Amino acid sequence: MHTLFAPGLFASAQVRTALAVGGVVAVVSAVVGVLTVVRGQSFAGHALTESAATGGAGMYLAGVNPLVGFVAGAVAGAASMQAVGVRNLRGRDLATGIVLGASIGLAALFLYLDTTVVAATGATQQILFGSIFATAPGTVVLVAGFGAGAVLIVAVVARPLLLSSLDPDIAAARGVPVRLVAAAHMLALALAVGLSSVAVGAILSTALLVGPAAAALRITARLGRAVAIASAVGVGSTWAGVVLSYDSATWFAGGNGIPVSSLIVGVVIVAYLATGTAVRLVPRR
Amino acid sequence: MTNAWVAGTLVAVVAGVVGFFVVLRSSAFAAHAIPNGAFAGAAGAALAGVDTLVGLGVFAALAALTIAALGHRARRDVATALTLVLLLALGDAFLAQTSAYANAVFALLFGQILGVGSGDLPVVAGLAGASVVAAAVLARPLLLASAVPDIAEARGVRLAAMDLAFLLLLALATAVAVPVVGVLLIFSLLIGPPAAARAVVRSPLPAVLLSVALAAVTVWASIAASYLTNWPVGFFVGALSAGVYGAARLAAWAAGRAGRAGRGRAAARACR
Repeated sequence: MHTLFAPGLFASAQVRTALAVGGVVAVVSAVVGVLTVVRGQSFAGHALTESAATGGAGMYLAGVNPLVGFVAGAVAGAASMQAVGVRNLRGRDLATGIVLGASIGLAALFLYLDTTVVAATGATQQILFGSIFATAPGTVVLVAGFGAGAVLIVAVVARPLLLSSLDPDIAAARGVPVRLVAAAHMLALALAVGLSSVAVGAILSTALLVGPAAAALRITARLGRAVAIASAVGVGSTWAGVVLSYDSATWFAGGNGIPVSSLIVGVVIVAYLATGTAVRLVPRR
Repeated sequence: MTNAWVAGTLVAVVAGVVGFFVVLRSSAFAAHAIPNGAFAGAAGAALAGVDTLVGLGVFAALAALTIAALGHRARRDVATALTLVLLLALGDAFLAQTSAYANAVFALLFGQILGVGSGDLPVVAGLAGASVVAAAVLARPLLLASAVPDIAEARGVRLAAMDLAFLLLLALATAVAVPVVGVLLIFSLLIGPPAAARAVVRSPLPAVLLSVALAAVTVWASIAASYLTNWPVGFFVGALSAGVYGAARLAAWAAGRAGRAGRGRAAARACR
């Protein structure tokens, strides 16, 4: 027992915060992620982590709470992607690319000004590679609040969104406001990604958005079940990664350990590959 | 300074040529993921004490192979996203083992175009030449496979092989560009100028030439502006790439409007 759950693991406030934040982020990412994967918008989901970071850097410069900047940056990025053009899958890829390129450029400027004007070196690393262990306990409430907003939006638009993803023409004929529904999904995605990228870092944000959802969609095509499975995979991977990371300090002589993000991503990828193998081995009834 | 101009121009040529295929194949995500994967390789090379360029090249190729392998059974964007996070997580783990090289590795995010020495130029030129030659050799089947996959297949072009060849070409371009303009900026150059060229010119060769020209102008203007303002090159590359695309879209829209108006007037005359 002690080899897995090292002594003092659950007594550590950092670990408790990480488990709470990680759990909330994993569930929100899974809910938003299923529809994101169905709609083929993983790229947008990842690109929004970068525009969130740009917003964070900008607000840091303005002296506003960077948390607000992350969400504002992600929402602005999502709005720009919608504006550049979303008529088809190919157009979306390009629109996302253009917005991503522009926001990377802006981030370069903001980070430069941050470090020269505000004299805060280390901002670069912190924004690009956030850590779940570095999350302030107060962040949990914010993450939960915005996360609930994102989940609520998805719950409202899920049905029409699914229909308009599968066949936009039929959806439009049935009176679904296709563009509005797509914009609502982008808003939910921006809220989820903005918050998760500040809480757990950009890498983990994308991993938890895409990995569990893609694994779940290999097992079932039904939306409700996929969301449930994705949430379970996401939360399980996150908690397993946190525990392993805490243990990993004793794995190497140097005592440097393995970053928690790396371990969680590793577990997510293993889960994804395992579902693929399982689905192939177990014949469908 | 001269070195920066030469190296920047070489990178612009490669980005203009390879980026044309990136835009044609709607592979912007792969163009983002492969350089980021290469970044992880640089971190690994620093840890292992190997030359950075080797790490960049090996991991760029690894990223290309992983995207192709995962892409067999999953949607492309999912395969690309998982490859991206897997390699970045690996890079994060490498960086956590030692802080000695962290600054040198993070410098690769935005590149060091103004720090290019004359000793680096032959390597950049050699790799750039190899990329352009590879692109020229692949051009015909790749164009066919990208634009009309069904016809290409009927003519005996193997689509999966073409896809892998394209991803490896992207990896080669990454190895050229990352030490010069960095992980983040090569992406802007691979998307903005080629997308702008494709918005205004339809046929392939003129589009590639225009794409190269726009990429070169973007790089030159960015270096000059950065020199004058002391602001980072990356900001100008990102802003100009997006700006060039916006301008091209506007031009194409205006031309289309003029064209439609012209046809409308002709039709009206014909009716009279």
